[in-house]
Amino acid sequence: MGKTLTEKILGLKAGKDVQAGEVVTVSPDYVLSHDNSAAIIQEFRKIGVKKVRAPGKIVIVLDHIVPASDEKYAQNHKSIREFVAEQGIPNFFDINCGICHQVLPEQGFAVPGIVIVGSDSHTPSYGALGAFATGIGRTETACTWATDEIWLRVPETMRIDLAGRLPAGTSAKDLSLKIIGDHGAEMANYKAVEFAGPAAKEFSVGARLTLANMSAEMGAKNGYFAPDEKALEWLKGRARGPFQAVASDPDARYESILGYDLSGLEPQLACPHTVDNVKPVGEIEGKPIHQVLIGTCTNGRLEDLDEAARIMKDRRVHPRVRALVIPASWEVYREALKSGTLAVLADAGCVILNSGCGPCLGAHEGLLAAGEVCVSTSNRNFQGRMGHRDSEIYLASPATAAASAIEGKIADPRRYL
Amino acid sequence: MSAGKIWTYGDNVNTDVLYPGRYTYQILPPEEMAKHALEDLDPEFAANVRPGDIIVAGKNFGCGSSREQAAACLKYAGVRAVVARSFARIYFRNAINLGLPVVQSEEACASLRKGDEAEIDFARGEIRSPRGTFRFLPLPESVIGILQAGGLLEYTKKKLASAVPSKS
Repeated sequence: MGKTLTEKILGLKAGKDVQAGEVVTVSPDYVLSHDNSAAIIQEFRKIGVKKVRAPGKIVIVLDHIVPASDEKYAQNHKSIREFVAEQGIPNFFDINCGICHQVLPEQGFAVPGIVIVGSDSHTPSYGALGAFATGIGRTETACTWATDEIWLRVPETMRIDLAGRLPAGTSAKDLSLKIIGDHGAEMANYKAVEFAGPAAKEFSVGARLTLANMSAEMGAKNGYFAPDEKALEWLKGRARGPFQAVASDPDARYESILGYDLSGLEPQLACPHTVDNVKPVGEIEGKPIHQVLIGTCTNGRLEDLDEAARIMKDRRVHPRVRALVIPASWEVYREALKSGTLAVLADAGCVILNSGCGPCLGAHEGLLAAGEVCVSTSNRNFQGRMGHRDSEIYLASPATAAASAIEGKIADPRRYL
Repeated sequence: MSAGKIWTYGDNVNTDVLYPGRYTYQILPPEEMAKHALEDLDPEFAANVRPGDIIVAGKNFGCGSSREQAAACLKYAGVRAVVARSFARIYFRNAINLGLPVVQSEEACASLRKGDEAEIDFARGEIRSPRGTFRFLPLPESVIGILQAGGLLEYTKKKLASAVPSKS
């Protein structure tokens, strides 16, 4: 019997042959944390060891509340910087770098065949490049800093075979919402999700990052694409070291297999207050909105901003709408600056914010008042997530968000092809 | 073992309603965290929950963010255990790592009602209530070890203390 990518990677790390259902203890290649490192440091101090076990494996990216919006957050950041210096942690990315899930791929940490654990639920993003990557909690992160090991149950795998071509006006985001809407937010709870089939190869690395990122909203432990030539090409000049690319065997055992033909896909929105409350745009077009957010670890990459700019060029954001644009990283920011994309968005009336998580998690900049409605390219629309508990979030693609910003109401981006 | 009162909720109780983002990146003491438990779903909860109470919910409890306070706030509010049809995976790990017992029982969730009294026997894998006794699969031994130590931190402390001193 063949093995899945996940079984192979965890087997390599555990130093033995493993299959789904087994519990293994592994030494991860990288341990990610962000602003929550301040709380993790407090937990780490309680363990009673002075030094982290493997400083070179720790990656800390400040992205959640950057720059600090008040003195408490400033103090958190300060304590993280001091800890980084004290422990000699080489991989620290301060507030001028971007969102961790964009920074780790760009900086060459996310490579095929390795294990990355992160104290952030969207850590599965790195599966886009063929890594095994999964989210963990703060206490677990502190203990992994101390011990350099973590236990993981080898997950069963759900394969999603993708065929056909995406119609104009739709994107990987619409596909991810469609899948979650069809099968529910716990469709892949505890499982690995493999995106496969002929259409998977056609997706850019950016689109793969969107899908792997959204696998977290399927409940998945990890989501991934087999690392192919496109992924290896993207990694050239980025990868921090040699790596061993692995993929599932043709006779690997899958717990279930779903099939999707992309050719009939329409723009989708996840309606309040769950990610699986998904409707095609035609059913909710015309709903008045107050804010649009284009950015986040799901859809803040150059291709996302370019798509928004294509629609907004020579148009104006509706006077009732605040349109916030947040490039996912400063690399994306600088590229969009040079290419003129940011100028198009600014000319249309968008507010361009510093790279980071922005209002997505509801802690600062651009929050919603009671009764306000936001179309967001982010990944969660839970009640109160982006501000007041009586505000509403509709999740959509960058194209749908841009079209909605122009019209001041939920709009079909296919009118702007 | 004393009985606790049941609080019932539906499917997909997510981490944002368990513990809102506006508090997540502040470092608050346990009693402050307890005050915000379930704030955006049930504003009555934090003021009225008593030590030993039990939360009974539907599918995918704790879905969403990896924020550990979504489990910690319930523990600090005195919640004895969360019983659900299923748990989101990071929440499941976080709860155990913090010493908050999580129990999966389809039957108990279908039968128990808000305000019922129930007690949980973890060793036998039983929930006993006037509506009946519901059995559940006891947690794996490795996981019980973490719960018995009072959470992963204490567990790790002991493990490191008993290990042969190495480079750390």
